[in-house]
Amino acid sequence: MIAYVLRRIVQSVLVMLVVALVSFSLFRFVGDPVATMMGQEASQADREALRDRLGLNDPVIVQFAGFIARAAQGDFGISYRLQQPVMELILSRLPATLELALISGTLAFVLGVGFGVYTALNRRGWLSGAIMTVSLIGVSLPTFLIGVLLIWVFAVELQWLPSFGRGDTVDVGPWRTGLLTQSGRASIVLPAITLGLYQMTLIMRLVRAEMLEVLRSDYIKFARARGLSDRAVHFGHALKNTLVPVITITGLQLGSIIAFAIITETVFQWPGVGALFINSVQFVDIPVMAAYLMLIALIFVVINLVVDLLYYAVDPRLRVDRAAARH
Amino acid sequence: MTEPLLSVRDLRVEFPTRRGTLTALDGVSFDIMPGEVLGMVGESGAGKSLTGAAIIGLLEPPGRIAGGEIRLRGERIDTLAPDAMRKVRGKRIGMVFQDPLTSLNPLYTVAQQITETIRTHADVSEAEARQRAIALLDRVGIPAAARRIDDYPHHFSGGMRQRVVIALALCAEPELVIADEPTTALDVSVQAQIIDLIKEICAERGAAVMLITHDMGVIAETADRVAVLYAGRLAEIGPVKDVILNAEHPYTRGLMGSIPTLTQESDRLVQIPGAMPRLTAIPRGCAFNPRCGQAFERCRQDRPDPVNRPGNRQVACWLHAPEVTHG
Repeated sequence: MIAYVLRRIVQSVLVMLVVALVSFSLFRFVGDPVATMMGQEASQADREALRDRLGLNDPVIVQFAGFIARAAQGDFGISYRLQQPVMELILSRLPATLELALISGTLAFVLGVGFGVYTALNRRGWLSGAIMTVSLIGVSLPTFLIGVLLIWVFAVELQWLPSFGRGDTVDVGPWRTGLLTQSGRASIVLPAITLGLYQMTLIMRLVRAEMLEVLRSDYIKFARARGLSDRAVHFGHALKNTLVPVITITGLQLGSIIAFAIITETVFQWPGVGALFINSVQFVDIPVMAAYLMLIALIFVVINLVVDLLYYAVDPRLRVDRAAARH
Repeated sequence: MTEPLLSVRDLRVEFPTRRGTLTALDGVSFDIMPGEVLGMVGESGAGKSLTGAAIIGLLEPPGRIAGGEIRLRGERIDTLAPDAMRKVRGKRIGMVFQDPLTSLNPLYTVAQQITETIRTHADVSEAEARQRAIALLDRVGIPAAARRIDDYPHHFSGGMRQRVVIALALCAEPELVIADEPTTALDVSVQAQIIDLIKEICAERGAAVMLITHDMGVIAETADRVAVLYAGRLAEIGPVKDVILNAEHPYTRGLMGSIPTLTQESDRLVQIPGAMPRLTAIPRGCAFNPRCGQAFERCRQDRPDPVNRPGNRQVACWLHAPEVTHG
């Protein structure tokens, strides 16, 4: 078990190094930040001075080593565009994105599992049919369109919810939260639904398929034959057996939610790291892009690690004799 | 004569399909006396397992009981509400399935599965249920039961798992145990042990057994009476020795003729020509008539009903109809 965890951690570090290389390559190959930052009128001397200050004149390998050393300490340099430390920028924006991702992820998981179980247990009911049809829309409509449609219906026509921004925020230590104010909570509803809808339908369809599969299994038949209640059979015996694949997908989707919040944040003018990234792309603000890339990779790697460890908690077959087992 | 424990009358099971209704069981009637072992034999698809599933109320939809009645100690159980039927399952009728490798939920320990079942049917504490579970495991021959009870199913071999399954089927002390091919998935060396165990432990508790199998050898050694099913209809039923040594239905004779014996001198086993008809194409008259060497005109026209024969036997064959005198 410990050897397994260590092995996974080493793998994770390797993945992060590769990502670091890609991030670092951005500095070399994506445009010339100096030209973007200084404009047409700057003199050659000014350009060289800026290059020096940004460390762009050092040999590549030195730059890379320095990049990794600094990145490991959370230092990604200074934003070309905003002239602020990148880490500070990201940390100030991160709470907004994490709150959005957490709310929509929870929404997606709870509703996804709930609807998935319901539609599996009531396969022929009209409500199941309705849910399945709506879920098809959730899977096939692109996120930005859903966002725009929601804004149109709930913000423009019904005027129930705000169409953009985060509302009022409160600082709790270093964390700037919008969840403690009325307008903050109202503001998060539409973006959270937009971001979570696709994930919800995905989880729902997965839970439904797995559940149907498990309900056909012999141990469910045997559990019924022993006279256990439907509740015990469905939720005690069946649901738990569907969880391994569901945990995998949900974990990976949580990473995607954070990573692909970019579109939702853009549509709703949500002041998170996704919006920061989009602005950085427009200005070729490479330190921010590189840091964002590393951050997202880190989140994915950590989630994957946690997911792998969760398997052990759910499935006893994985706990013993890994070497002897078929897995 | 004592009252039968289980009484099945004119049981008819149908499967509605797009191309019409399939009748999988048609007019099946038999009794099981308290403490008796009734063998149920027939080819694959003859309806043996369906009979078991119908009795315990676990027909897989869209299959349904379309006619007849099932009584347990005189009380109708085929029309019970789902909640009431659940109290019959496990508590009054236990069931053992074919494949012990898939009958147990892989995510729960043996202790959890047994105590859950005991506590579903009896109002006892967790500790009391656990004590009972250990005693039961000990009785079904699990070595070091007190220690192994906390193991997961995958820690046990196939034979041991089937012992656990038997313990589970018996843990609420049912009056009837339906064993659906309990040894088919096991090694030959273990089969006899498991059959002996079922027979012994049920005798000890006064539980009757309905033993579903296609293995005539098992029936010969274990059952008191045997019922032969063919294409969803009862061909013959009677005391096991009489039916084996002196079968009255040509199909039963064919079945017995196809069992190899070491003492037999003949070079070739007798085989029944053709195959059992599919449910969509059951012939008119006697279902067996196209394969029967002794069929005559009436067999192709009218369906024979089971008639009483001397020695507590019944046979559904025109050769034995009272008004016909036929060699």
